[in-house]
Amino acid sequence: MAKFSLDQVNDMYFDVLKEIGNIGAGNATTAISHMLNIKVNMEVPKVKFLTFQELPTAISAEEETVVGIYLEVQDDIDGSMMFLLKMDSARYLVNRLMGRPDDYTEEFNEMDLSAIKEIGNIISGSYLSALSGMTNMVITSSVPYLAIDMAAAILSVPAIQFGQYGDNALLIQTEFGDDVTIQGFFILMPDVESYDKILTSLGIAL
Amino acid sequence: MATIKVGMADLNICKAPDMITTLGLGSCIGIAVYDPVTKIGGLAHIMLPDSTQMRNNSNIAKFADTGIEELIKRVTMAGANRRRLVAKIAGGAKMFEVKGMSGIGNVGERNAHASKAKLSQLGIPLVAEDTGLNFGRTVELYPETGDFYIKAVGKPLKII
Repeated sequence: MAKFSLDQVNDMYFDVLKEIGNIGAGNATTAISHMLNIKVNMEVPKVKFLTFQELPTAISAEEETVVGIYLEVQDDIDGSMMFLLKMDSARYLVNRLMGRPDDYTEEFNEMDLSAIKEIGNIISGSYLSALSGMTNMVITSSVPYLAIDMAAAILSVPAIQFGQYGDNALLIQTEFGDDVTIQGFFILMPDVESYDKILTSLGIAL
Repeated sequence: MATIKVGMADLNICKAPDMITTLGLGSCIGIAVYDPVTKIGGLAHIMLPDSTQMRNNSNIAKFADTGIEELIKRVTMAGANRRRLVAKIAGGAKMFEVKGMSGIGNVGERNAHASKAKLSQLGIPLVAEDTGLNFGRTVELYPETGDFYIKAVGKPLKII
């Protein structure tokens, strides 16, 4: 039986997540900069420990449409991860990538959706390589899955994952800035056994 | 008319003319019950099918089995007649087209199945449902009429 319970999460684990957030967002910033050929600045990520009551409104109002990219992770650890983008941030990135004016607001077409998946893939990969580097573990991910829907509905997926071993969820919030601010939210959801593996490999006693 | 809001892994009761709602159900299930005579109803927002599978199961509103039991207890304590109670459910979507049936792949479906099984075990008739598919839903129960409103992004209002 796994020893880990999120309800006993400690400051040290918080710091580790923050560091993963830092390195991951740093990698992601470089990747986005290259892909879009723009200068991107990054704010220091915030790690939030949220109850289920707080989670649905953590990134926007419950019913606001947001973009969610979901990947399964495997190899040395098992679990999943999610990257969420606010709609205006997603639109901005897609417009840049497609060479459109910033005020273009037509509905996303198939190409746009693929582009969003790819952005999600790159950003998620940035966080995963940070985690992999810090823990010295081999971590690979599945293809990205995309949903554009109400924030609360998309967040029900990580809530359910976290719900299996506690009443809280951990969220890493990152702000990328250039002319506009791009707000992204990253959620890592290792399964219970994998939490133990991560913490052990980081030398954190349970 | 007041609006009562139910959060994730939460439940509450409602008396006409008030309305009770939960916003953005994804793979979770919204279970509405009401007594058409006293016009007393309740709504639960459950996340997982089965509390007995979990070590940490202190939050009873989180699970279909314990959540529905508590919901029925609360509405009958508020004055609803248990024998007149009927149920409507919504949610249980598969938000991401993840391949395979493990993990979160089919948790929405399992939630729907567990909710129906619990209602049936308690002898509460399920009179309408809108479950599955791949989109989020906001639900509203009006105990005055028993109408269960279902709202989704880019879709017309559905009343069941």
